[in-house]
Amino acid sequence: MAFLEIKNLQKRFGPVEILKGIDIDLDRGGFLVLVGPSGCGKSTLLNTIAGLETISGGEIHIDGHMVNDLHPSKRDIAMVFQSYALYPNMTVKGNIAFGMEMRGVPKAEREKAIASVAKTLQIGHLLDRKPSQLSGGQRQRVAMGRALVRNPRVFLFDEPLSNLDAKLRVDMRTEIKRLHAATGKTIVYVTHDQIEAMTLATKIAVLKDGEVQQVGTPSEIYNHPANLFVADFMGSPAMNLIEAEAAEENGRTVLKLTRGGQGDVTLAAPATLTVSPLAAGRSIILGIRPEAITDREGADRNSRALEMVDGLVDVVEPAGSDTFVVTQLGGKAITARMRSDTVVKPGATFPFAFNLDKAVVFDPGTGRRL
Amino acid sequence: MSLAAAGGRRAGGLKASRVVIYSLLAVFAVIYLTPLFVMLVTSFKTMPEIQDGNMLDLPRAPTLAPWARAWGEACVGLTCAGIKGYFWNSIKMVVPAVAISTALGALNGYVLTKWRFKGHTLVFGLMLFACFIPFQSVLLPMATILGNFGRFGGSLENTIGTSLGFGNATENLVFVHVVYGLGFTTLFFRNYYEAFPTELVRAAMVDGAGFFQIFRRILLPNSLPIIVVTVIYQFTNIWNDFLFASAYAGTGDAMPMTVALNNVVNTSTGVVEYNVNMAAAMIAALPTLLVYVVAGRYFVRGLMAGAVKG
Repeated sequence: MAFLEIKNLQKRFGPVEILKGIDIDLDRGGFLVLVGPSGCGKSTLLNTIAGLETISGGEIHIDGHMVNDLHPSKRDIAMVFQSYALYPNMTVKGNIAFGMEMRGVPKAEREKAIASVAKTLQIGHLLDRKPSQLSGGQRQRVAMGRALVRNPRVFLFDEPLSNLDAKLRVDMRTEIKRLHAATGKTIVYVTHDQIEAMTLATKIAVLKDGEVQQVGTPSEIYNHPANLFVADFMGSPAMNLIEAEAAEENGRTVLKLTRGGQGDVTLAAPATLTVSPLAAGRSIILGIRPEAITDREGADRNSRALEMVDGLVDVVEPAGSDTFVVTQLGGKAITARMRSDTVVKPGATFPFAFNLDKAVVFDPGTGRRL
Repeated sequence: MSLAAAGGRRAGGLKASRVVIYSLLAVFAVIYLTPLFVMLVTSFKTMPEIQDGNMLDLPRAPTLAPWARAWGEACVGLTCAGIKGYFWNSIKMVVPAVAISTALGALNGYVLTKWRFKGHTLVFGLMLFACFIPFQSVLLPMATILGNFGRFGGSLENTIGTSLGFGNATENLVFVHVVYGLGFTTLFFRNYYEAFPTELVRAAMVDGAGFFQIFRRILLPNSLPIIVVTVIYQFTNIWNDFLFASAYAGTGDAMPMTVALNNVVNTSTGVVEYNVNMAAAMIAALPTLLVYVVAGRYFVRGLMAGAVKG
């Protein structure tokens, strides 16, 4: 039995369905990231786990106990809020101690717990300050300290890094990951940032319009997206989604792509295809990540399905560590990710290496992966 | 409009318009402050000086005697013991009335913003409506209610030996002012708490704090500006109230300051003692003045905060 189980969870505000039957479970010590665009219901889902929002149907179990009707304080959870929600009238110490104070933990024990948490988060020198005297990163640490000190069964994080500047965000991300590794706590984390999701999670749930699109490990989500939405949402730059047509050639399935004015391109169907054979003439969408399109030298040597395609170089975007090259294929701009020292000029024809081991195929009607 | 437009065209015009604006303001200020000035100087003059001299003259030999007389000897009706007793009457009425109505308003605001229930907008709408009810229209029904309180107090007195304050005129006034002030105090606090971050309340809930613990430990310590605004507003209104005071405690020992002042002025013992009357009026105005001086800074800040966020 999983440590955290969410079964057919529903949430309605009047006639509006916010959550439409969510099923997710998470093992003890897991790091679940709920990710999705704004308005997808991820924060609502987190609040229902916390008990801050009531649910309209379904069940939530923590460690084998149903917590549906339990008050937030009785669920043995701790939460880190987006705005940090530090009590402005109390010192850092008072903030961290408040939860224990409310639970009647003796003073000596509180002091010990605060000292230990302050050491872990390196906020010992801030204990007597008020939240208004702290920087964003320090507030973030205090908010985590307040959650950590209670030693709850589940930690809930609601977009904790979204108020920090870019550099600090990356630092704190690493810190949270380290904290998770060190404490082995069960964490549910909400974000709209797919990079945060990929780097932190042991399990990702992608949500859209109150429905789970896919639940899986970061690698499953990234390499085998269940549908077009997940494919498009996860990864930056986004996965190339190219319209193509299935055909049969020499007894094997191939994909035909139109190439602006230069005749069609024929690619072998990817090995990831689960529906085989594809009916000839069927329209599909080929999904291939930018890093699976390279120059010949940069291609994966272990790839069993490398195909060379000549393309007219449209735009070259050097990003320092990589160079992104844009070409037209299937009527769309396709981004390829090359090594930074690749010599490629806009307007020239360039041989692109497609690693079809990493490609996936979707049904354009249902959006599902085939 | 034309002044401002003319001022915008050239620097000379700007200067001229400034002169006009400031002189107008000065004239209004003088008109507004002259009565206060007359009151102050008169209260330090002797009676012969008032009868001979100009109203606007400074006192030739300033004396505190009228103040002492107003405080300790002036006649209110038939008793001539000054207004000090009535001053304390007002304090005894105002302090609990302000404290209770402010506390209840804060609690209402807290519930109406952070513990919303079905129909909370209707409840708030009705409370808002209470702000617009004319005083005169509740005079008679309230008198009936207070009469019932009096009878209830009487029967308590007979059965358990104490009326528990029911029917006591001071406590009647406290009740009336609390009920009447509730609409305003609720409005103030609701608007303030509307802008109060709900995440703080949620964090406290997760931390295990209950309804009153959140109120006392999280909301109240962060409400100083609006508490000051409410206290000033309530204090001024209740202290200055004359209608309820004269209707429900117009005679007898519980008479508040405002009614007593009126009686001092109306009590005639031959000569009208203007200096004593003025001193009594100044004494009656002092507490509200003091409240503004001490807390006025917060008053402006609090009103602004409400105006921008509310």
